[in-house]
Amino acid sequence: MTAASEALPQLFTTPRARAGASFLGFLVLLALVGPPLLPDPFRQFDLIELANAPPSAEHPFGTDQLSRDVLSRVVSGARVSLAVAAIAVALSVTLGAGVGLVAGYWGGAVDAILMRFVDGALAVPRLFLLLLVLAVPERVPLLALILLIGTTGWFATSRLVRAEVLRLRDESFVRAAEALGASRRRIIFRHLLVNTAGPLLVAATLGVGDVILLEAGLSFLGLGVQPPTPSWGGMILDARPVLEAAPWVGIFPGIAITLTVLATNLVGDALRDALDPRGA
Amino acid sequence: MVVAVVLLFLLTHVLPGDPLSREGAGHPLTAAQLEALRARYGLDRPLHAQLGAFLGGLAHGDLGTSIEYGRPVTGLLLERLPATLLLGGTVLLLNFTFGIWLGVRQAVKKGTAEDRWLTTLSLAGYATPSFWLGLVLAWLVGIKWHLLPPAGMRDPVLEGGTLAASADVLRHLVLPAVTLSVVSIAATMRYQRSAMLETLRLPYVMTARAKGLSETRVTWRHAWRNALFPVLTLFGLWLPFLVSGSVFVEAVFAWPGLGSLAASAVGNRDYPLLMGASVLVAGVVVLASLLSDAAYAFLDPRVRLS
Amino acid sequence: MTRVLDVRDLRVSFPSADGSRLHPVDGVSFSLDRGETLALVGESGCGKSLTSLALLRLVPPPGRVDPGSVIRVGDTDVLTLEGEALRRIRGRRIGMIFQDPMTSLNPVFTVGDQIAEGVQAHFPVSKSEARDRALRLLQEVGLPDPSARLDTYPHQLSGGMRQRVMIAIALAAEPDILVADEPTTALDVTVQAQILEILDRLRRSRGMAVLLITHDLGIVAGRADRVAVMYAGQIVEEAATPELFARPSHPYTQGLFASVPRLTGPVRRLTPIRGTVPPPVAWPAGCRFRPRCPQAFEKCELPPGLLPVGSGHRMRCWLGEESS
Repeated sequence: MTAASEALPQLFTTPRARAGASFLGFLVLLALVGPPLLPDPFRQFDLIELANAPPSAEHPFGTDQLSRDVLSRVVSGARVSLAVAAIAVALSVTLGAGVGLVAGYWGGAVDAILMRFVDGALAVPRLFLLLLVLAVPERVPLLALILLIGTTGWFATSRLVRAEVLRLRDESFVRAAEALGASRRRIIFRHLLVNTAGPLLVAATLGVGDVILLEAGLSFLGLGVQPPTPSWGGMILDARPVLEAAPWVGIFPGIAITLTVLATNLVGDALRDALDPRGA
Repeated sequence: MVVAVVLLFLLTHVLPGDPLSREGAGHPLTAAQLEALRARYGLDRPLHAQLGAFLGGLAHGDLGTSIEYGRPVTGLLLERLPATLLLGGTVLLLNFTFGIWLGVRQAVKKGTAEDRWLTTLSLAGYATPSFWLGLVLAWLVGIKWHLLPPAGMRDPVLEGGTLAASADVLRHLVLPAVTLSVVSIAATMRYQRSAMLETLRLPYVMTARAKGLSETRVTWRHAWRNALFPVLTLFGLWLPFLVSGSVFVEAVFAWPGLGSLAASAVGNRDYPLLMGASVLVAGVVVLASLLSDAAYAFLDPRVRLS
Repeated sequence: MTRVLDVRDLRVSFPSADGSRLHPVDGVSFSLDRGETLALVGESGCGKSLTSLALLRLVPPPGRVDPGSVIRVGDTDVLTLEGEALRRIRGRRIGMIFQDPMTSLNPVFTVGDQIAEGVQAHFPVSKSEARDRALRLLQEVGLPDPSARLDTYPHQLSGGMRQRVMIAIALAAEPDILVADEPTTALDVTVQAQILEILDRLRRSRGMAVLLITHDLGIVAGRADRVAVMYAGQIVEEAATPELFARPSHPYTQGLFASVPRLTGPVRRLTPIRGTVPPPVAWPAGCRFRPRCPQAFEKCELPPGLLPVGSGHRMRCWLGEESS
């Protein structure tokens, strides 16, 4: 944890990192406390008068074709997107770290088999993997969606962790631990894992951005988060028929996605720079 | 490659669901009709037999039959391939020219306002969802401002010869190509910039300057020639993202390529088609990374001559 | 004797963390005449490499050469040149050999290409003519089988051969001055002698002036006409080589000699100089060697100038005042 804990305070030195981190903080806060303060995202205000109304003081982001308030839908969507991303990434990172550690430390046939599998999986774009699985059933419950996204995201991480493990395995401190007779499990957890924590954190942060984009894309295709649960991608899909008449319905969710992913990338980059010993 | 195919095949059976359940949407099917359909698509055989049949067919270029279209998948894929190649090729071209040039420029002007602006722009571009950007551009440029056609590849009522037809296709190409390029150029710029910064620090760049060579020559002939390698390797790793992006962009712009085919296959639950498309995509990705490895070996004498 | 290089009061500065500027090269002056070799000797961190880079205006940013410095090559002050004019100096008036030939040669171009490039940058010759000249240069530097070597890549050659290639590149534009920054440090001992021999031979045949930068006193004897010893950004002693070896006067120089083992003569104890070289942020006021000097006294708190100690022999030390 030493490298990581030293790096964290450095995280907020550049203005970009600060911007990214503050936006994320703001968004999380908004997602947590926003919904009770805003109108019900499912509430249809006035189908005759207020459908497709442009932004106003009453409805800062306007209303959609069912006269729902776009702002509250965006905020509710934030909850869903962030939750999906957080859980899926946690799953991916755990799986990736686990496989990477095992492959790197055990080596031999186990390593070869695992890496062959990873190579094969990496050849297919993640989107296609998910499309195939999600296309078959009629309806996919949210939890299943999250699990699927999580289980398709660990391949690159496992390669990363494996590379780190290979690098560290031959360093003296691991040899020293082995010489002292430490059990394999102890070595793996205490020594190797602790040292890969830094890159893992970076991968996790950047992964959140990737998942948000992926989930939005899937929702846009009708495969992700299913209505009536609000999601940013789903909102953009719904906005297609009224794009000309009420562009704000589609524009705001897209801006939300862009800003959120931008923020995670900024934070992830800042983490990576902070952990880089050369400090380029 | 084989692993990818097996994986893809297994994936379709992960979740419960019957791909044929939508077939009878208009009129309910009798049990006998359903059985017949199953037999036709081979769905009544045990799993490993299906897999074996699929792999066997693959070896002959047969990817099964589309449920929705009732035609061989391979044929459908080949029909739509050229449009995607045109789009993809254009995006790659834009990447290799703009993306690389901007990345190098950033590295040379590191720390200046220009560098900071370009970094911010590339970070924003990287974060933008391609389907949303496509929609916004289609609406703004295509519908509101009437500058370029917002959808399709051709104007159905166009007259005139091949020149007019080509110009027409090009006009339709602009928006989807730009959309897809925004995200990909953002990534290329970042990789090229960091590769260039690494290379510019190396001693042989100093030697080149000490020889009295012009700064342009030092930057491009000496430094960039070496900074190209990391970008080439990254290209192979990052092609999958480009492919995924094309699914969205083609769907949004109704560009008649593989991407929109895949998107509609999703909507129709046409899993043989989807499967076929995924296999093709996996193949292309593997091919591309082999090509980039080969290019690396060709360009780097250290690899070539060892 | 024609003076080819005249350096006066050279100062190179870098910004430091607290906003002020540090001067790793702090008021260095020396000159070179045609056909002579000057050795610039000092440990790492004394500023000798930066001095050589400054001659070609190659100081890496954010460092810069401070105004008030003068670097005169023939009649031109290098520091007043920009763009195209500066480019013409590099390689053509001053050639440079860098320390590590492995990383100083571009791995993706052939040896012949890199030399010919140096030729074509300054002479309007055809590609084949440039290639011929490259071949002749490879012969001159004593590379075995030069015509075959023209189309090889740097990674295919040994360290000694690569350094010969570096020399050929430096000579490609036929400069009057050759700057060799630690040309043998990265090489095996046996190869070192060969490289130095080549440099010497080339100097004589072309009538060049050579600035030899090194931390190794052993190289200097018999190779250099004059020696300047650097410490903490300043020249602390300079003299003709035989004079310096016979009568090292500055306590630092004496310390250097005392810490070098000798193969001949009586066996004696090595006496290292106590302490370590301070970084520019930690340079003491007054004489910069004072904290490590066994002969320091009160006056050393004032910075000494260069005082004469013998004919053509000066040193930066108050001890010189007493003996003159």
